[in-house]
Amino acid sequence: MMNNAADPPDASGNTPPRTAETSAIHAEGLTVVRGPRTVLRALDFTVPRGQITGLLGPSGCGKSTLMRAIVGTQAKVTGTLDVLGRPAGHPTLRARIGYVTQAPSVYDDLTIRQNLDYFAAILDPGRSSTERRHDNVTRAIADVDLTSHADSLAGNLSGGQRSRVSLAVALLGTPELLVLDEPTVGLDPVLRRDLWNLFHDIAADRGATLLISSHVMDEAERCHRLLLMREGEILADDTPDALRTRTGADTVEAAFLHLVDEATANSRKKETTR
Amino acid sequence: MSATVTAPATPAPTSALNASRTTATAARVLRQLRHDPRTIALMLLVPCLMLILLRYVFDGSPRTFDSIGASLLGIFPLITMFLVTSIATLRERTSGTLERLLAMPLGKGDVIAGYALAFGTLAIIQSTLATGLALWFLGLDVTGSPWLLLLVALLDALLGTALGLFVSAFAASEFQAVQFMPAVLFPQLLLCGLFTPRDNMHPVLEAISNVLPMSYAVDGMNEVLKHTDMTANFLRDTLIVAGCALLVLTLGAATLRRRTA
Repeated sequence: MMNNAADPPDASGNTPPRTAETSAIHAEGLTVVRGPRTVLRALDFTVPRGQITGLLGPSGCGKSTLMRAIVGTQAKVTGTLDVLGRPAGHPTLRARIGYVTQAPSVYDDLTIRQNLDYFAAILDPGRSSTERRHDNVTRAIADVDLTSHADSLAGNLSGGQRSRVSLAVALLGTPELLVLDEPTVGLDPVLRRDLWNLFHDIAADRGATLLISSHVMDEAERCHRLLLMREGEILADDTPDALRTRTGADTVEAAFLHLVDEATANSRKKETTR
Repeated sequence: MSATVTAPATPAPTSALNASRTTATAARVLRQLRHDPRTIALMLLVPCLMLILLRYVFDGSPRTFDSIGASLLGIFPLITMFLVTSIATLRERTSGTLERLLAMPLGKGDVIAGYALAFGTLAIIQSTLATGLALWFLGLDVTGSPWLLLLVALLDALLGTALGLFVSAFAASEFQAVQFMPAVLFPQLLLCGLFTPRDNMHPVLEAISNVLPMSYAVDGMNEVLKHTDMTANFLRDTLIVAGCALLVLTLGAATLRRRTA
């Protein structure tokens, strides 16, 4: 069921090269250096359009750096990285990507609505779109279930509420690609379920692509595809079902642990033969 | 929670400067300040209180009050705007909102111009209050037009905004940002001719003061103090202050990086 959503409806109708058509993100030999450390080592992967791809791995494995590279805020990126058919960081991509950083990035001294009003004015400026902006803001606040708090100062909200305001900013407009860095961290189970339902609605109804990082493995089951990362490398790039079948594990978590052990054993072997 | 489909907005292109985005940014900065009435009160009242204090410190020598008071009318907006801007932009950098904004279709020029517009507005209010108080209640004796005083004060405020924006790139915390105030402004304060005429200083110091923008801010104020008309010197001084503000604003724009390590 989940694997059938590979081909989202395409507005243009014509068929450009296959990679640009079916993939939202395509990386070849993607490497990122931060200071003395190589954070991402020659990654090759493809993220399909119109699906939810989970980016999983222990903290510090390079998930956030990879996301920053995709949205174009990371310096020292080498290799090929195409996003929505353009090189990552291309100016025309800025209006087409919604990005939520791990730490909520909103103005604490503005209310929720004032925060969203401002970001909406950046995305869709001009007096002629006032009404559309207002609708978008109201909808985004409703999407993250904060309508009753719309006039509270962001600084007075709880941690989970603030991160939802940050998420609402990314839902403004109609981004084709949503890059969400641990959007459900610190949220209660009910909210987490609701947000995941929202993510699926966004992928299904708008045909948007979602790349969602998490270090909570049970969320992996909710993704169409998974990228498992460890120490700046990609361990696996597959559907949750295929991962479980391949490793003979019951859960994605067990599959991940299996792959980590395998990778550790391999690297030890390399070291001893050297 | 539901995801309804709305008509996709055509993505507006990113340009260096967009009037709507700039005014939206300025409005947002002012809205943030409105939630902080104490800061507004301090910004507007402290210069007035200092002028009142000064007036009675120089109770016996009104000539001295004229010259120092006029100079301070130019220096206050510079210092206040420097402090407010450096902290505000530092917060923008550290809270992640700047990264988010620069990942959006917002030009760097929009950020800078938005801040300059917002704090410039505040500077006009501050300078109007201080100038009005000094001229009509404290008996500051100015030969030239009060409008010219206001013009110099506004340019000084822009210079302060520009300097604050620029140094915030080199501060990693609010502690450091505040310390930049004495580091950047105190030397200028000592050399700008406020305490002693610049040509009385050691030649080396005089030469240094010739390249510091605050010197021209104070010179400009003193021109208004002594002459009825707009003199050539006044024009030169204001142009230098405006030019410095523009130069530093450009440098400040260069410190806003879309890609960071």
